[in-house]
Amino acid sequence: MDLLEFGNTGWGDELFFATLMTVAVSITAMILGFCFALIFTPLKLSKNKFLNFIGNSYTTIIRGVPELLVIYLLFFGGSGAVMFVASIFGYNKYIEINAFLTGSFAIGIISGAYSTEVFRGAIQSIDKGQFEASKVLGLKKPVHFFKVIMPQMLRLAVPNLSNVWQITLKDTSLISVTGLVEIMRQSYIAAGSTRDPLFFYSFAAVLYLLLTFLSMKLINKLEIKYRRGY
Amino acid sequence: MDLDLMISSFPKLLNATLVTLKLLSISLMFGLILGLFFAILRLNKNIFLNKFSYFYSYIFRGTPLLLQIFIIYFGLGQLEFLRSSFLWIILKEPYWCAIIAFSLNTGAYTSEILRSAFETINKGFIEAGNSLGISKKIIFYKIQIPIAIRQSLPAYGNEIILMLKGTSLASTVTLMDLTGVAKYIISTTFKPIEVFIVAGGIYLFMTFIIHNFIRYLEKKYSY
Repeated sequence: MDLLEFGNTGWGDELFFATLMTVAVSITAMILGFCFALIFTPLKLSKNKFLNFIGNSYTTIIRGVPELLVIYLLFFGGSGAVMFVASIFGYNKYIEINAFLTGSFAIGIISGAYSTEVFRGAIQSIDKGQFEASKVLGLKKPVHFFKVIMPQMLRLAVPNLSNVWQITLKDTSLISVTGLVEIMRQSYIAAGSTRDPLFFYSFAAVLYLLLTFLSMKLINKLEIKYRRGY
Repeated sequence: MDLDLMISSFPKLLNATLVTLKLLSISLMFGLILGLFFAILRLNKNIFLNKFSYFYSYIFRGTPLLLQIFIIYFGLGQLEFLRSSFLWIILKEPYWCAIIAFSLNTGAYTSEILRSAFETINKGFIEAGNSLGISKKIIFYKIQIPIAIRQSLPAYGNEIILMLKGTSLASTVTLMDLTGVAKYIISTTFKPIEVFIVAGGIYLFMTFIIHNFIRYLEKKYSY
């Protein structure tokens, strides 16, 4: 148990902050994923063939290609792309992007593809009468979306979004390959310097189980909240 | 866009695809056996067996696959009694460590898929079998299993695709699978986009085949 002490002698505080990092990346990625989903869900539902194609390509590619490959693309290609954009504006120095931002962005793109599918499914299962009714009432588009469709969509989507959250939380372990110090990376470092991989990786497993367990409890509460009125 | 690189890396990546497919097929085979075994345990009325199966699937579904590979590959080597036993021949190979991790992981998901399939079987079928005097064994093999397989096909198809993506993690324990080779080419040429298009294309092609194959099976076995 000495290995888990807080302070200079143990790895307790390091692992604690690494856990916070995992949570921070997961939440950032989940929110980014929602933003992607808000862009791509309308595209997927659009009747325009071209827009529809873009929406479908996004979800198909991201859900069909390994997460690790997407992360490598963004990690190796990300700073190149940013430097290219910067060079257009006349900035030619080397830019290194923050590992947290690249990591969250990569996981966000992946999580967004799953969220898009969830939202699409939820919107499609809303009763058609609701769309027709708000048209008949002459509601403006934003009012129609935010006051009529969104609340019903969320209620249908929350159970499936909890799956997306679990996937996102576990996917954050993959960005350890880029050097961001979250649970996985921190246990790798600790395992390397103490030569006790079994202990640290098992402890990491406990941390992940704790995170999934706690988040399930929270999500169950959310589900009850959104199930009101049924 | 460097077309030459894309063309020259294609055969290398295709070669690595064989490793990916090997990992996938062996893991799925073991995973299916494990999944069926744990699904049956889960349906057992014995609380101990039931809970054992529940914890197995809870632990493997609640932790990242990457961590599971690391525990098996880096962690188990630490145990003295394993190092001196015959198991060490298997456990020192990253290839088998990856397969063990993948099999246990997909086994956990498969057990959940099969469990829910068994639970949704119409009770009338089993009762009909009972009243016809068919033995329990035959009811299980000839009625419950075929129906459960049909019920779980769509979900299992998803699991195969998830596992295909999961095999990419083998590259973290030095195996040169499709992702491993892709990463190697990226880090030597610094052309991530070209390599991503080729490697991603191969993965998408495999996903496409699996998806359509499962669709075909679903149609064939629909009732």
